[in-house]
Amino acid sequence: MNSYQIQETPEVFDVVIVGSGAGGGMAAYQLSKAGAKVCLLEAGGYYDPADPKYITQLKNPWESPRRGASTTRPFGDFDAAWGGWQLEGEPYSAAPGTEFHWFRSRMLGGRTNHWGRISLRFGPDDFRRGSMTGIGDDWPITYDDVSPYYDKVDKLLGIFGSKEGLRNEPDGHFLPPPKPRLHELMLKKAGKNLGIPVIPSRLAILTKAINNERGQCFYCSQCGRACQVYADFSSSSCLCKPAVKTGNTRLINGAMVREVLTDQKTGLCTGVSYVDTATLQEKTVRAKIVVVAASACESARLLLNSKSARFPNGLANSSGVIGKYLNDSTGASRSAFVPALMNRKRYNEDGVGGMHVYTPWWLDNKKLDFPRGYHIEYGGGMGMPSYGFGMGIQGMNGKYAYGDGKTQPAGGYGSRLKEDVRRFYGAYVGMAGRGEPIPLESNYCEIDPNNVDKYGIPTLRFHYKWSENEVKQAKHMQDTFEEIIHEMGGIALGSKPGKEQNYGLEAPGKIIHEIGTVRMGSDPKKSALNSFMQGHDVKNLFVVDAAPFVTQGDKNVTWTILAMSMRTSDYIIDEVKKKNL
Amino acid sequence: MKRRDTLKSIALGSLGMATVPSTDLIAAPPEKPLVVPGGRQKSEAIRDAKLMADKFFTPQEMKTLTVLCDIILPADEKSGSASQAGVPAFIEFMVKDQPVHQIPLRGGLAWLDNESRKRFSKKFVELTKAQQIEIVDDIAYPEQAKPQFSQGVAFFNKMRDMTLTGFYTTRIGFNDLGYVGNTPNNWEGVPEEVLKQYGLSYE
Ligand SMILES: Cc1cc2nc3c(=O)[nH]c(=O)nc-3n(C[C@H](O)[C@H](O)[C@H](O)COP(=O)(O)OP(=O)(O)OC[C@H]3O[C@@H](n4cnc5c(N)ncnc54)[C@H](O)[C@@H]3O)c2cc1C
Ligand code: SF4
Repeated sequence: MNSYQIQETPEVFDVVIVGSGAGGGMAAYQLSKAGAKVCLLEAGGYYDPADPKYITQLKNPWESPRRGASTTRPFGDFDAAWGGWQLEGEPYSAAPGTEFHWFRSRMLGGRTNHWGRISLRFGPDDFRRGSMTGIGDDWPITYDDVSPYYDKVDKLLGIFGSKEGLRNEPDGHFLPPPKPRLHELMLKKAGKNLGIPVIPSRLAILTKAINNERGQCFYCSQCGRACQVYADFSSSSCLCKPAVKTGNTRLINGAMVREVLTDQKTGLCTGVSYVDTATLQEKTVRAKIVVVAASACESARLLLNSKSARFPNGLANSSGVIGKYLNDSTGASRSAFVPALMNRKRYNEDGVGGMHVYTPWWLDNKKLDFPRGYHIEYGGGMGMPSYGFGMGIQGMNGKYAYGDGKTQPAGGYGSRLKEDVRRFYGAYVGMAGRGEPIPLESNYCEIDPNNVDKYGIPTLRFHYKWSENEVKQAKHMQDTFEEIIHEMGGIALGSKPGKEQNYGLEAPGKIIHEIGTVRMGSDPKKSALNSFMQGHDVKNLFVVDAAPFVTQGDKNVTWTILAMSMRTSDYIIDEVKKKNL
Repeated sequence: MKRRDTLKSIALGSLGMATVPSTDLIAAPPEKPLVVPGGRQKSEAIRDAKLMADKFFTPQEMKTLTVLCDIILPADEKSGSASQAGVPAFIEFMVKDQPVHQIPLRGGLAWLDNESRKRFSKKFVELTKAQQIEIVDDIAYPEQAKPQFSQGVAFFNKMRDMTLTGFYTTRIGFNDLGYVGNTPNNWEGVPEEVLKQYGLSYE
């Protein structure tokens, strides 16, 4: 076979989908259920957390020679992610003086195999912050447009939580939440005294079975390793595989899409071309509709790289907006030691793979010096030791008396250290704020004029700086953390990050909630997509990841990606029926 | 690892053999079929196999390391010693996996032998237990140590860190700690008596 020849699949699919994460998986599921012939292209390999080849769940630390250290996987040896902040042969860069960290996973299901499962619905206000505050922009749709889809996603995929009746934290169709752990009860009590709500968390985990395909959670606390009974939501297990099962979806792994192809006369998409990552052959898939869901920044990159005479700025980019308004959640954290928890009674406290309680945003920004809110996530408990466990004991063991009432100098050696580890075990709590940033035109990604990846595809260059708004929000988080720690009788660890450290505000990208790079809007001059995430310029092009989102609230966006992708899929089905597509 | 390769070729260069590609000088090891353990990617398995085949510490260094580990965590009525839990081999692996640990640990072991020779004209492993402890006492207490021992203190802190982590990530460590998780169960909340102890309730 001539290796330079581009291979083309003879059939024309109804839809080709790029990327199998939250957005792509949902589109594949919804469209193939409706009978569409779908081709699902995924750059990474096949993955199934129930196949012993891939299982890391329930392994003990000694099954890793590095005891789970993060040398090769950023969240440790047992984490399910095939990827990380850097991918071999697929670089990215940031303009001098700016910073962005980009986490990618290359595998069936993308980053949904190992995400935190925190699934927070947006509330009505989250769609109209611009008009409410005069800063930023509104979405072209409202909560009422999306809420039926949130409902459907809740029922289809499963989420636990509690009905609270909070106006901007709408209740969903919840499975029973797990009871709080000991430190979580203490946090709840402290919150109550301070007027800070601490309520059951909302995670995409099945505390009750919802169908025959997926099991019920058995409380191993390891959702980051992906669940072998599929009790946590992953796009791979819960959407992509069922889509393939319909017989209507053809899944192709190892397909790195380089370009969306267009007919220069009609200006419509005709399919995509991709690099087969195993053979490095160029291949083409033809389809009547192209759905892009490669994750926010990859989708922007793909469209910007899909240049042609008719679309010289990249596909669907006559507005020039693609790449702009990139934004990630703010994040800051603090941890504390809780003396009352020393020498705890032992029992299995693993629980689900995440917090059992959290704090939704509870204040009124009109009374504050920053414009948007944040929520607080909590950690702690008698977790499984892994690499790092016991380190730095000399910072603690000189401060607190032993059983005999005596203290000993910090550090040391011998049996005393074993006693230290036992007495301090499970006596720590951590808290992390996750807040809403203001999306700025000046924060963006663009095609790097000088670099390509190992497939020859031009790479991204980022430009991102936090503004004063986010810094002030982080300051408020730090003050709140200290209040809570103090109220629960804890001792904050380390020193409080001050102004010079931006109050501990994490660098852009680090919270891994990047959105906004292919904006939706009603004005084609200011947005790339309409309110159904359909190209203003190219009507058979859709983007169904978080790239179209105007803002992200303080609500980790994956549940909204799922709801919006489902909504767009239904729209596509409708439009095809009406012969508009 | 890259750095070590460079060092190797510099050494060869100084012997006037720079034109010989250094890899040809080393007989290729017989190919063992690579086994990819469950949950690992192939590239990770290749890397791990290579690290495990490599050696970093000399037998002499391993001896010193083992003595130190067991001073840090000795066997007692509650649980076994660091070396019984395989801590020295874990540290050997970690320095290859994360080369930033190499100089501080190799250098720290050399510092310890220097100090031993200065005081007792012997290497650390050849000292009596009492002599070993005399030196260890000078470097084990960061807040009390004399300034001239600061490098020794930094080394001992690192050894303490590695030993604790290596120990508690084993079955022996789990048992000592009383960790009873990592197994399917049904979470029904904090046990009643614990709630009572802390004056808390589920309302
Ligand atoms: C550790 C961690 C914890 C997280 N916790 C949470 C949380 O608790 N709650 C929450 O809401 N969110 C969380 N997130 C974020 C969440 O994972 C993402 O929002 C979500 O996965 C995004 O879905 P997506 O479909 O846009 O992209 P992804 O899940 O990233 O999937 C994109 C897929 O497209 C493929 N792809 C990319 N480019 C191409 C191409 N050119 N051709 C073909 N395929 C391509 C990729 O290989 C990948 O499989 C977390 C993320 C991480 C890493
Ligand atoms: S905590 Fe539950 S859902 Fe998560 S991996 Fe363990 S068993 Fe599965």
